[in-house]
Amino acid sequence: MNCKKVVVELTSYLDGVLDSSTRTELELHLSRCTDCRLVVDTCRKTIQIFCNSEPVPLPEDVRSRLHSALLERFRRKAKST
Amino acid sequence: MVLCQMCAASLFAPPGARWFVSATDPKPLASTIVRDDEAALVSAAKGGDTSAFEELVNRYERKIFRLGMNITQNREDAEDVMQDAFMKSYQNLDRFQGDSRFYTWLVRIAVNEALMKLRKRRPNQVSLDEPITDSDGEDSLFREIEDWGPSPEKKFAQTELNEILNSVISELDPIFRVAFLLRDVEGLSTEETAHILGISVAAVKSRLLRARLKLRQKLNKYFRRSEAQ
Repeated sequence: MNCKKVVVELTSYLDGVLDSSTRTELELHLSRCTDCRLVVDTCRKTIQIFCNSEPVPLPEDVRSRLHSALLERFRRKAKST
Repeated sequence: MVLCQMCAASLFAPPGARWFVSATDPKPLASTIVRDDEAALVSAAKGGDTSAFEELVNRYERKIFRLGMNITQNREDAEDVMQDAFMKSYQNLDRFQGDSRFYTWLVRIAVNEALMKLRKRRPNQVSLDEPITDSDGEDSLFREIEDWGPSPEKKFAQTELNEILNSVISELDPIFRVAFLLRDVEGLSTEETAHILGISVAAVKSRLLRARLKLRQKLNKYFRRSEAQ
């Protein structure tokens, strides 16, 4: 396997859905190629950092307006039926 | 900024990770529907049980708001996206056939609403139909190959890290940003992401690859080991 093929298979490799023979080939290449190893490692860390970052909170006023609008919609539907 | 519900692979899940958003817990509802059974909730809501629909809202409101924020990068737009998504899903509930999860259907509505917001803001720049190529070319994605060390994010305070992540993801083209958010942040499968975006699985993989490589490249200047703090 060469560096270009690593890029092609990168997403499947990171998602753990690569077939075993291709994965073995890819990992053999990684053991010999520092650049590809660093790209795989930093890509994996990129996903991990976004996954673990602080959540966006749902502000109470935003939630309250949503539920008020919903209740109004429920009432209108109830009146019309 | 963002929080993963179901990371793509177990190797991405560190011990002690926070998996739930920090908004106020939803008030308990009087619905008699079993909480874990989404299909039953949808069925009851179709039959006129408004508390069942409200339970679905309680279950997904944080996720939809977060998705709206991450796509539009704007709080008012995110609120509109969330309201419109729930209102439209309620209005069209009878048309929901149940051939996908209700959540997936809801996300599809929310993504369309969010992209419409972006198109209104930047009518000439936002399209889901544009080709999956850009002026950078493939080669540029393989520049700046440097070691980040074991926990590069720890070099920054939480607020600063959030600003960095917000900044780099907002620079990403919306078609790549949405693929990354749905697959890697919201934890949807590649197939679900393809269904939501109305594109092939191969196209999702292609967009995801480019999004991951671009984000990696953009984060490199902050996280490389050689970067002095």
